[in-house]
Amino acid sequence: MTLAAETYDELREIAARYPQARSGLLPMLHLVQSVEGRVTPEGIDACAEVLGLTPAEVSGVATFYTMYKRHPVGKHHVGVCTNTLCAVMGGDEIFACLREKLEVGNDETTADGAITLEHIECNAACDYAPVVMVNWEFFDNQTPESASQLVDDLREGREVVASRGARITSWREAERVLAGFEDGLVDEGPAAGAASLAGLDIAIAGRGPLRSDPRASERVETNTVPSSADSDRVGLDTPPPSGSGGSTSEGKSNE
Amino acid sequence: MTEVTVKIDGHDVSVPEGTLVIRAAEEAGIEIPRFCDHPLLAPVGACRQCLVDIPDAGNGRGFPKPQASCTIPVAEGMVVETQNSTAVKAQQGIMEFLLVNHPLDCPVCDKGGECPLQNQAMSHGQGETRFEGTKRTFPKPINLSPNVLLDRERCIVCQRCTRFAAEIPGDPGIALIQRGAQQQIGIAEDKPFSSYFSGNVIQICPVGALTSDDYRFRARPFDLVSTPGVAEHDACGAAVRIDHRRGKVMRRLAGNDPEVNEEWISDKDRFGFRYAVRDRLTSPMVREDGELRPASWLEAVAVAAAGLAGAGSVGVLPGGRLTLEDAKAYATFARDTLRTPHIDFRSRPLSEEETGFLRSRVAGTSVTYADLDAADHVVLAGLEPEDEAGTLFLRLRKANRKGLRITTLSPYASEGSRKLGAEVVLTAPGAEKDALSQVSGVTEASVILVGERLATSPGAYSAAAELADRTGAKLAWVPRRAGDRGAVEADLLPRDGGLDAEAIVRGNLGALLVAGVDPDDTADPAAFLAALDQAGFVVSLEQRITAVTERADVVLPVAAASEKAGTFVTWEGRRRPFTQVFDKPAAYSDAEVLGHITAEFALVDAESAEVADESVEWSPTTTDSAATTTDSAGVRLATWRLMLDNGTLQSGDKALAATARPAFVRISAALHEELGDVVTITGDRGSWTLPAMAAELADNTVWVPTNSFGRGVWADLASPGSTVTIEGAQQ
Amino acid sequence: MSDVLVPVLTANWADERAWTLPAYAEQGGYDALDVALGMAPEDVQTMVKDSGLRGRGGAGFPTGVKWGFLPAPDPENPKPRYLVVNADESEPGTCKDIPLMMASPHTLVEGVIISSYAIRAERAFIYVRGEVLHVIRRLRAAVREAYEAGHLGTNIHGSGYDLELVVHAGAGAYICGEETALLDSLEGRRGQPRLRPPFPAVAGLYASPTVINNAESIASVPAIVKNGADWFAGMGTEKSAGVGIFSLSGHVKKPGQYEAPLGITLRKLIELAGGVREGHELKFWTPGGSSTPLFTQEHLDVTLDFEGVAAAGSMLGTRALQIFDDSVCVVRAVLRWTEFYKHESCGKCTPCREGTWWLVQVLERLEKGDGKPEDLDLLLDQCDNILGRSFCALGDGATSPITSSIQYFRDEYLAHLEQGGCPFDAKKSTAWAEAVQ
Repeated sequence: MTLAAETYDELREIAARYPQARSGLLPMLHLVQSVEGRVTPEGIDACAEVLGLTPAEVSGVATFYTMYKRHPVGKHHVGVCTNTLCAVMGGDEIFACLREKLEVGNDETTADGAITLEHIECNAACDYAPVVMVNWEFFDNQTPESASQLVDDLREGREVVASRGARITSWREAERVLAGFEDGLVDEGPAAGAASLAGLDIAIAGRGPLRSDPRASERVETNTVPSSADSDRVGLDTPPPSGSGGSTSEGKSNE
Repeated sequence: MTEVTVKIDGHDVSVPEGTLVIRAAEEAGIEIPRFCDHPLLAPVGACRQCLVDIPDAGNGRGFPKPQASCTIPVAEGMVVETQNSTAVKAQQGIMEFLLVNHPLDCPVCDKGGECPLQNQAMSHGQGETRFEGTKRTFPKPINLSPNVLLDRERCIVCQRCTRFAAEIPGDPGIALIQRGAQQQIGIAEDKPFSSYFSGNVIQICPVGALTSDDYRFRARPFDLVSTPGVAEHDACGAAVRIDHRRGKVMRRLAGNDPEVNEEWISDKDRFGFRYAVRDRLTSPMVREDGELRPASWLEAVAVAAAGLAGAGSVGVLPGGRLTLEDAKAYATFARDTLRTPHIDFRSRPLSEEETGFLRSRVAGTSVTYADLDAADHVVLAGLEPEDEAGTLFLRLRKANRKGLRITTLSPYASEGSRKLGAEVVLTAPGAEKDALSQVSGVTEASVILVGERLATSPGAYSAAAELADRTGAKLAWVPRRAGDRGAVEADLLPRDGGLDAEAIVRGNLGALLVAGVDPDDTADPAAFLAALDQAGFVVSLEQRITAVTERADVVLPVAAASEKAGTFVTWEGRRRPFTQVFDKPAAYSDAEVLGHITAEFALVDAESAEVADESVEWSPTTTDSAATTTDSAGVRLATWRLMLDNGTLQSGDKALAATARPAFVRISAALHEELGDVVTITGDRGSWTLPAMAAELADNTVWVPTNSFGRGVWADLASPGSTVTIEGAQQ
Repeated sequence: MSDVLVPVLTANWADERAWTLPAYAEQGGYDALDVALGMAPEDVQTMVKDSGLRGRGGAGFPTGVKWGFLPAPDPENPKPRYLVVNADESEPGTCKDIPLMMASPHTLVEGVIISSYAIRAERAFIYVRGEVLHVIRRLRAAVREAYEAGHLGTNIHGSGYDLELVVHAGAGAYICGEETALLDSLEGRRGQPRLRPPFPAVAGLYASPTVINNAESIASVPAIVKNGADWFAGMGTEKSAGVGIFSLSGHVKKPGQYEAPLGITLRKLIELAGGVREGHELKFWTPGGSSTPLFTQEHLDVTLDFEGVAAAGSMLGTRALQIFDDSVCVVRAVLRWTEFYKHESCGKCTPCREGTWWLVQVLERLEKGDGKPEDLDLLLDQCDNILGRSFCALGDGATSPITSSIQYFRDEYLAHLEQGGCPFDAKKSTAWAEAVQ
């Protein structure tokens, strides 16, 4: 089956964003995944045709990047960071727990087609370790229990909202966004999580930021200025709410 | 060119600025181990085997770490150590890494004995590996194409093959796929590597990863005898190396000739050699009571001499497979022995205009491959280099990648033209004359290359000559067959009232001497066969049983190219001598056979050999086209031969044939839209129903491959220069 | 204490709907663009050069100097110039650009516009890793808003300057953080590093002159333009000017982003972060991601600037401070990083491709207690054969955790062999582990 004419149009639209059409290949392959559920030979042919490449050249690109999947992906893609820091902080346990729970191995899909589980590399959220990604949305400070609840919610079709991001749609819809088509969810979720603001909170509390911030004072109450010499500030810290599952988290914007 | 002097292992070497260290070392006789490096491919620096120590980069400071000598250019005063402890440690370290995942299955590997990895592991590696772990494994060889097999375990991903495919022929049908330790060479699913030059990747693979389906497990390199040769499949003169054992060719490789084919040959040159052992004529034959029967050389030669001497008028059609020596022998034989002016080597549509053109503008001239490199503009007319002249195609493509402008007058915008970066001037067959007169940007630094197909385009050769005269551009004629240019040099063309090949066919001559002509290649195959049937006496000098031998009165077997020494003359006019590979006792060259006949001729009554020109009824040869172009509603038929088709010199090479491109008729997009993927084409000689695809074509033109279907276009479909009709095929 | 943290890039992250143009504009967003457009492009370049801003992607090359490498425009053969932002943040431990682009994408977009103007580029690209969906949404929306507001497109702010900006999502390859691999990836190819020369400044994207800068570097430009080169140069150290985001992760009480002048120490940062996890002590840490040699307790007072870290035997890198306490097995940590490098090796060059494959096998053996003491020397020799022999820095980075961990924790490796396995309990390292006494 070749791809639909509308998909060809969108592939061409992506290619046209760039001074040289081939630059569109990565987003085009994201689009292929959103349409086909994986990178199919037909999708490869379509990209090759639109860009004037050989299918071998497109295959070379499609197999280089880990986000491109040659096997069908489930409705949701669940990635557990098991790079060193997340692994140490509990990522290994979370991954083991989900493997057992979902009865799948790495990069495999559950029998019901709901979830593809994968252990992923560092996703640039180390201050929220251990981190789980659902369709490339952040689920911060996970535990085996919260991650377990998360996949249950996903399988049951309950609404799931990322810690720092939007409500979860599907892997395919996420791939479409990666291809460059907006989905209107940009304004969901906070600007930043608690860890992202850790230093800012202290600075505001201490001196006020470089720029005037009318709301700075509102946040002072939640933080205490660290004294210069005395680092022992017992009782100061409220550790990041460990164990808070992303599925119930409303994010941690400091309002 | 500025020279810079560097010190390599203590030796001062002066090389042109920009030379890579690894090349400079070669100048000094120092060989640095390497795998990915190839002098004809862009540097990539991937394998890291050629690491050297550079204690002084020429500025008094050294590099803190070893450098890849294949990517670093020399600098004045640079000091390079290729064998000090730093360099040796680095080279040994890389070698050890390369062998970590290598299966070390040299005893069962085709490459064993001629393997750069094996050799350099011995010369630059350590005796023992420290690797005790698990090697990466893959299922054993997979087909990249019917010709090329890939063993991924042996591959060191140096990218020579993928770089070759992308850079040299422009056929990136193989690519790196996956990444990291899983990185491998691959093709797209169900899409074999398709390139007329695919076999080169086998030859440049520095390990046993790429092997030839054809040659796999057939021989060990050290059991082979290698003889240099010259490819006989086209007029390009590519150097080949013929590897043989006990009288049989095991494989052919590209020879290295920087002035001609560099280090590349086409797959036809590489894999097309079995024709020389299939269906060969083993003994002379003479016809008796209507049947051919084996005869002794003495008898056959005597019968031939007597028949020719008594025939009255004789037409000589020696064909285009000739060496220069054979060609000269035919010229002498025809003019001095037979004393006939009716001789013509051309075994395809021709014209009187061409006869004059070849004699006045081609014979004795020289235009070289190097002239193409130096040219500011190359104009092609009636010539599709990718299909018709592989080596020329690669040289043009290389020049284009360095900036050469190429314009091609072609009936359709072919893939070959795209790979040449050529500006395509869509030119319907017959319109070349006008198109040539309108080509702009031709200067005295330009080169005009015309193909033999222009013979059917009235005025085209003259227009090319005029363009050359007007601009001072060089002009060269690129024929299809290996012997064509030599035949021109030997003047195997009609003169002094002689008939050309087409007139000979219609001339009702008393006898015909035919060699290396396939009637189906000629302008009128039916007429040719009829002429053979009607001639009083036919002598055939052939390698194999053909339609000509079947109609001959005497058949004299002749040697194939590998069985004789000789000289091919390339389209450039370059002499390409080659030696005999196999010394077969009864394999005589055409010249030798003609010599035997001549010797016999002296014994025959000279009177009867007096040629009677007057008896010949000759009329001009333009009747055909006049007859067929009256159908004004028709579509112009454009055609050329695909490199891999039904040609007789390709028979028997199955893997090669399997790589032939699917043959499609090319029709305009509008027509394709209207008629679909299968069309019926009808010409004055027949009708074909064929798969069609849309292409950018000259107006009112259809393109059909000459010899990919049936007996070919001229036999089965239409006469040269004619028009055809096309309709959708309802099946 | 109060002047230890200086929020510049992070200053507006807590603002209501900080990612939107109105919120950004309310804080004076895009004012710097007006300032820049009022200057000659060369003067903006000079300003950035004078500020002392050095690349925030790890290498620390002076940004303004890099811009100066672009060849003078050739009127005979005018080639477009490109600015490419490297937002492929993938170095383990590095997590600063992602929150920046999530919270305040306009800071980056404004930086792109000013920087492009400074180098006379008419097209710019933000190459952001693909695995951060919401960040990509925010960036795209910010670019759309910027177009709508006339900050992008033709005749920006009536200046006559035109700029097109495309947000480009990657597809999962650490190597694309290497700038030439990024360019190949942006051209729709496999992200494998290119041979240099030619350098991107001469022949980068589409073989045209190209500047590639890290997202944080470009995001720093508006503040520099707004507050002046002296303001920025006045912070940090003499050679490592300005502020940067320090990312603390792992076993500290308050992991997170701490924006401070370069030259701060980990001791101070851990103090700000509330200390190491209760009941534990700092064991080892990365100053700038996993590719920078490990530090230990003895390096708590190393000044975190380019020179200070280098002098102590590591690299400032991306200021990705991954903190591991005494519950963590260093062999396990190093094995996992090495598996990462093996997974992410692009495959182009032999030492990185085959070397990481082999290193993992040796480390696995050691971690299981199956190895031999000589394996440590083998590891070091393998690293020696990779370091500086690879095509790009990925191979070099792969050796950092191994050589530095053997340097500081050789006994711990040997303990695995003596005990026939790992002496640590991984459960004690998790975020939810009970504090040990």
